[in-house]
This record gives sequence, C-alpha cells and structure tokens, in this order.
Amino acid sequence: MIVVQELTKTYQVGEFAVPALAGVSLTIARGEFVAIMGPSGSGKSTFMNILGCLDQLTSGRYLLDGVDVSNFSKDELAEIRNRKMGFVFQGFNLLPRASAQENVELPMLYKGVPAGERRRRAREALVKLGLEGREHHLPNQLSGGQQQRVAIARALVNEAPLLFADEPTGNLDTKTSLEIMELLSRLNRESGITLVLVTHELDIAAFSQRVIRFVDGLVVSDIRQGDR
Amino acid sequence: MVSFLSTAKIAFRALWVNKMRSALTMLGIIIGVGAVIAMLAVGQGASQKISEQVASMGSNLLIVMPGSLTSGGLRMGSGAQMTLTLDDAYAIERECPAVAAVAPMVQGVAQIIYGNQNWSTGVQGTTPGIIMARDITLASGRSFTDQDVRAAAKVALLGQTVVENLFGSLDPVGQIVRIQKVPFLVVGVMEEKGQSLMGNDQDDIVYIPVTTAQKKIFGTQHVGTVRSILVKAGYAANMDQAERQITDLLKQRHRISPRGELDFTVRNLTQLLQAAEQSTRVMTLLLGAIASVSLLVGGIGIMNIMLVSVTERTREIGIRMAVGAKTWAIRMQFLVEALTLSLSGGVIGIVLGIASSEILSRLADWTTIISPASVILAFGFSGLVGVFFGFYPAYKASLLNPIEALRYE
Repeated sequence: MIVVQELTKTYQVGEFAVPALAGVSLTIARGEFVAIMGPSGSGKSTFMNILGCLDQLTSGRYLLDGVDVSNFSKDELAEIRNRKMGFVFQGFNLLPRASAQENVELPMLYKGVPAGERRRRAREALVKLGLEGREHHLPNQLSGGQQQRVAIARALVNEAPLLFADEPTGNLDTKTSLEIMELLSRLNRESGITLVLVTHELDIAAFSQRVIRFVDGLVVSDIRQGDR
Repeated sequence: MVSFLSTAKIAFRALWVNKMRSALTMLGIIIGVGAVIAMLAVGQGASQKISEQVASMGSNLLIVMPGSLTSGGLRMGSGAQMTLTLDDAYAIERECPAVAAVAPMVQGVAQIIYGNQNWSTGVQGTTPGIIMARDITLASGRSFTDQDVRAAAKVALLGQTVVENLFGSLDPVGQIVRIQKVPFLVVGVMEEKGQSLMGNDQDDIVYIPVTTAQKKIFGTQHVGTVRSILVKAGYAANMDQAERQITDLLKQRHRISPRGELDFTVRNLTQLLQAAEQSTRVMTLLLGAIASVSLLVGGIGIMNIMLVSVTERTREIGIRMAVGAKTWAIRMQFLVEALTLSLSGGVIGIVLGIASSEILSRLADWTTIISPASVILAFGFSGLVGVFFGFYPAYKASLLNPIEALRYE
C-alpha cells in the first residue's frame, strides 16, 4: 500500500527553483491498477520516480506498506527497489551487452541469489513471458515487443509486489502495444501485482481501473473506472 | 551481497568488450612492472658482482705502508724508506687484540719456470696469515706453515693463472718450480678469485714464505724489512679500533714522539670497495625509482580509462541502480575492473621483466638477479596502483543519481 501526503518536489536549475510537484496526497491500495496521465511537464514522471524510490522527495511524507521511506538513505532505497519494486521503461533499459537471460538475472544478482537458482528463475520468467529459445539473444537481436517482455520478466523475477511502468508502449507499434498492455493487466489480475502506469495515451490508460490526472504538479482528477 | 565471482565476471566482460582499449591501458602497467623488475635485476646483479669482488679481496682489511720520511728538511714520498720490519708484523699480531690476522708482504715480479714453460708473475713473500687475511681457499695441497717461514723453506703456493700457464692440466702439487733459478716445492694451489675491482688478475700470483723471499729472491738490500703489512680486523666494526691499536703500537716501536711525524701509514682497504658497493646500491634504487615512474604513469592511464568508462556507462550504472545495486556494489564493480587491468598487467609485466633481464644478461653479459622480493614488490605495487587509481572513478560512479543516470544519453 502506498500513501503519500503533501508530497512536493522542487528541482534546482541554476538559480531557479522549479517546482515539479506542488503537494500531492493520495493512496494506492494493494492490487490496484492505476494510470497516471497528464501533459508533459505536469509532474507525472517525477511522481512515479518518487513512488519508485528512484528519486527523493523535497517535503511531505511517503509511507510504503506503513513504513515512512521519506528520509531513507540511497542504499536503503536501493534495497526497497530490489525487493519490492519492478520497473518497465519506455526505452526498455536493458544492458546492451548482456543476454536476455543475464538481464533478467540482474535484480537477483544484487539480492544475493545463488547463481544456479538465478539461472533457473530467470529462465522460468522468460518462458512465462513467451521468450523461450531467446534466452541467449542480446537485446539488439530482439524486437521491441520482445525487449519489453524481457524488461517485464526482469521486473517480476524478484517477485516484487509493485510494478512501475513509465510509458511502456511508447516505443512500440499499436499491435505490440496492445499485447504488452494485455500482458500487464493480466499480471495485475492474476498475480495481484500493484501496477502504476504513466502514459499520455487514452487507449492505454483505458486498461486501468483508476486514472489520476496531473497538471502543473497537482492532481486535478482521480477517477475510478471500475472493472472493465 | 553480491558475490565476488559475479562482480569479477561483470568486470571481465566489460574489459573484454573493449579489448583494444583494455590492452593499451594494460600496456602502461606491463611496461612499468617490466621496467621495475628488469632494472632491479640489473642493479642487484651489479651489486652482487661488486660484493663478490669485495669478498675475493678479503674483508675488513687494513694495510700498513711505510710512511714519508723527512731527511735533512727534504720530505720524501710515502714508501721511500723501508721502515716496517717483520718484527713489526709479529708485534701487531701479538699485541693488537682487534686484529684477527696479519700478513707481512714483500713482493716483486719474478720469472717462474717449470720444465720448458716459463711465466712472469707477481711473487709475494708472506706468512700463513695471508690465507685468513685474504680469505683464500685452497684448491689442492696445503698452505705453507709458520715452520716454513722460520726455516725460510723453499715452498710455494700458486694461483690458478700461474698453474694454467705452467702446468696446463697437470697437478702441480709436489712438483718443483724455479723462481729466479731457485728451486721451490709447490705445496698448494689456490681457488680462483677472478678480477679485482681495478681489473687486476688476482690469480696471477705466487705466495712464498716471507723469509725465503727476503733472503733468496729479492736480495739483501733491506734485510728484515717488509714492503707492507696486511691486517685483517676481527669485525667490520673493529676497523677503527684496529687502526688505532696498530698506530699506537708502531709509534712506540719506532720511537716516535706523540706529536712527531709518523714513518708509516695505516690505510683502510675496504673503504673504497664499500663505497663502490654503496654506489651500486644507490644506482639500483635510482633505476627502480625511474622505473616506478612509468608504473605511476601506467596507473594514471588506468584512471583515465576508468573515468571514460564510467561516463560511457552512466546508463548501465542507472539500470543497475534501478534494479537494486547499492553504492558498494557499483563501487566494487569498477574497482575490480581497475584491479583486473592492473593485476593482469602486473603478471604480464613480471613475465616480460624476467624475460628482458634474461636477454640482457645473455646479450650484454651482465649479471642480473631476479629476487622474489622484487617480483612481489612489483606485483603488490601494481595492485596498489589499481586500487589507488581505480577508486576515484568507482567512487564517482557510485555517487550517480539513479534517475539522472537512466536519462543519460
């Protein structure tokens, strides 16, 4: 469960303080599928980065599963990302010189999972996402959809309960985008993974149960769509 | 916790991807370590050679020479007058406690004949004390004795060069040679000593009893006098003490007033050699220091490449951080990379250094010594260079902000 109260984030650009988030309070329950929308510069990505413990907040409070992580150190945040969170990015963000298998093994490497188990679990995750036989391909030998599925396998392999997706379909064609969205919402339905998705496309947001709109660093609407 | 093996694997892969760059970076360390090893080998070889020469001369040696003499206001050069006697030598042996061995010397050049061979060599009349004073070991036979000295026996001890020129492969012990037409029995042959520091052949020599030399070979001009007295002090530390005791004793024996001019001089023979030893040691250090500079430059090369690598791989660092890599893991990754470069460069450098000092000793005929200490030193130093120059880039990488690193293009 995610609870944020009066969250602000200010970037210092030279002499100017640029506010990215101007006081956001909301709650995301376990197992929810939330889409965050808004024009560019609205603070939606900043918000997701803070929820994903990739960035630190300026003021306010962030409670993750009842623990205040607002003032956690870099290493403590790394630990939380490793155990509780998975990330899917627009640009896939796979290590270019590592095979699909090795990319999926990466989070387990930093968790200290033994090599044998790492290999087994990475393989399982890839098979589950329909990438059997592609384990030893490098990212540039895979299609965009396949690369994004490798990234999803990497996000799931540590059994993280939280999945953050930042424009996951931004670099994909329509057909592949729909495949990926089907995959993500199935994960949310079947495995109970909490899914936070940043997008600016309405048909992508339509897969979610709840749409939060950001404008100028503030939440302007928060609409539950109910189960489709 | 990330296992060391996994970290090492990541490092190897990163280095393998940029083979050319890694090899060139390593080259700096290879040359540095190789140079350190080769230079130390050359230096240590030189200093061992000198030590051997010092040892061949005999250690802790003092030489007492006749001094200058003033005769009617005319000062004559050192050694102008034969002021030292055999009895002086015996007195030094008897009365100076810091002295270990004494060998009076009467020397000259003489023709030595065996069968139809003849050879001109240095003949030295002395006492059995010479064996200890000059650290002589016998190859065969025996030395002459105090009894031989008292009886002015016609016995001789030959050096290897003399043996080679007169006897070839025959065993000279028990044969009769003629020195200035006087027949001598060869009682012993000395081990080879090689060249002295000044380039003299130390084996081109014949030792005979001092009394025999005085009476039978070098004539009767100064009966009972000797050219010089070679003295070996008990310990190196006793050199000054021995010198003082000899000076006091001889002043007394020669009836020289406390402030009078000495008619003899005592010189420390090993000082020169020790100075030579010292200077090669300094040279070894100097060579090592110069070679270390190239190792340092190699280290800077590593730092340079690692900094480039960190910048190039900002995005990779971001990805690793996003999936949970802690500061420590990132730092280790880059440190291990730097260490891999420097240590494998170190190993190759050691091989190269050993090979090149081997080639030097073959081609230039230099003595080179590769001591385990210098190998360990060079290897340890290259590891230290890796850690030292790898740390800053690794530290810089670990300070990156994950979100900024991910956005880096």
